[in-house]
Amino acid sequence: MENFTPFTSLSGGIILGISATLLLMSGRIAGISGILGGLIPPASDDKSWRVLFLIGLVTGAALFPLVGGDTDYIDVNPYNFEESIHYGILVLAGLLVGAGTNIGAGCTSGHGICGLGRLSARSLVATLSFMASAIIVVFVIRQITGG
Amino acid sequence: MTKVIAIVSGILFGYGLALSGMLSPAKVIGFLDLTGDWDPSLAFVMGGGLIVTVISFRLLLRLPHPLFGDKFQVPNRTDLDKRLIAGSATFGIGWALGGLCPGPAISSLAYADPRIFIFFASMVAGIWLAKTLLPQRAQSAVAN
Repeated sequence: MENFTPFTSLSGGIILGISATLLLMSGRIAGISGILGGLIPPASDDKSWRVLFLIGLVTGAALFPLVGGDTDYIDVNPYNFEESIHYGILVLAGLLVGAGTNIGAGCTSGHGICGLGRLSARSLVATLSFMASAIIVVFVIRQITGG
Repeated sequence: MTKVIAIVSGILFGYGLALSGMLSPAKVIGFLDLTGDWDPSLAFVMGGGLIVTVISFRLLLRLPHPLFGDKFQVPNRTDLDKRLIAGSATFGIGWALGGLCPGPAISSLAYADPRIFIFFASMVAGIWLAKTLLPQRAQSAVAN
C-alpha cells in the first residue's frame, strides 16, 4: 500500500463529479466512451460539443503538469511486458475496451460516476460486470507472470 | 453556452483524471489486484465523483429541462439485458489488460506516449467494429 493516495484521488474524483455536473447543466452525460462513440461513423448529428469536450479532456491533462502536478507516477506498462508483446496487448486491450464499452453502453465514467450518480440499476450491473471481469483478468495475469 | 460548458467540463475532467491517479495503468492494475499489493486509491476517485453526482444529478434532473439546453439527453432504459452485461464484462477484460479506460486513454494523448496512441487507435477501431457489425439501438447510442 506504499502507493496509496487517498487525498489526491478523492480530490480528483470530486473534480470529475463537478465536471459531470457542469455537463449535465447542458443536458449531457459525461460518459467518455459515448462522447467519443458519437464521432465514429455512423456518427451522430451533434458533433461539435463532443469534439470540444474531447479537446478539453486532452487540454486538462496537458495543463496538470504545467501547474505543478506530478506525472512521474504514470507507468504505462505495469506488467513489465516485453516491448513487442506490450504493443500487441495494447492493440487487443484497445479493441476490447472500444467494442465492450459500445456494446455495454458505457464505461467507468458513464456508468461508474454518472449512472451510479442517478442510481441507475443498469449502471450498477454494468459497473459490477466490468469490475468483476477486470479483477479476474488481473488475478490470472498475476498468476501467469508470477508478479 | 453549451459549447463553453463542453470545453470547460472537458478540461476539468482531464485535470481531475490526472490528479486522481487514473492516468497511470500501473495504479489502475494496483487497484484491481485485490489479492496482490492492493492499492485502494481509485475507490476514492469513484467515491469523490459520486459524493458530487448523487446530490447534483438528483437536483438537476428534477428540473423540467437543463439550465443551458432544451432537454436532458439521459438514458431512459431500465431493463437489464445480455448486451449490457457481456459488453461491460468485455470492457473489463480490456481494462485489465491495458490498464486504460476511455477517459484516461484520451487524456493521456497529451503526454505523446506512442503506446497511448496505439491503444487509442485500437479503441476507436473497436468502437467502429461494434457499431458496424452489431445492430445499434437508438437509446444505447445516447446512453453514454
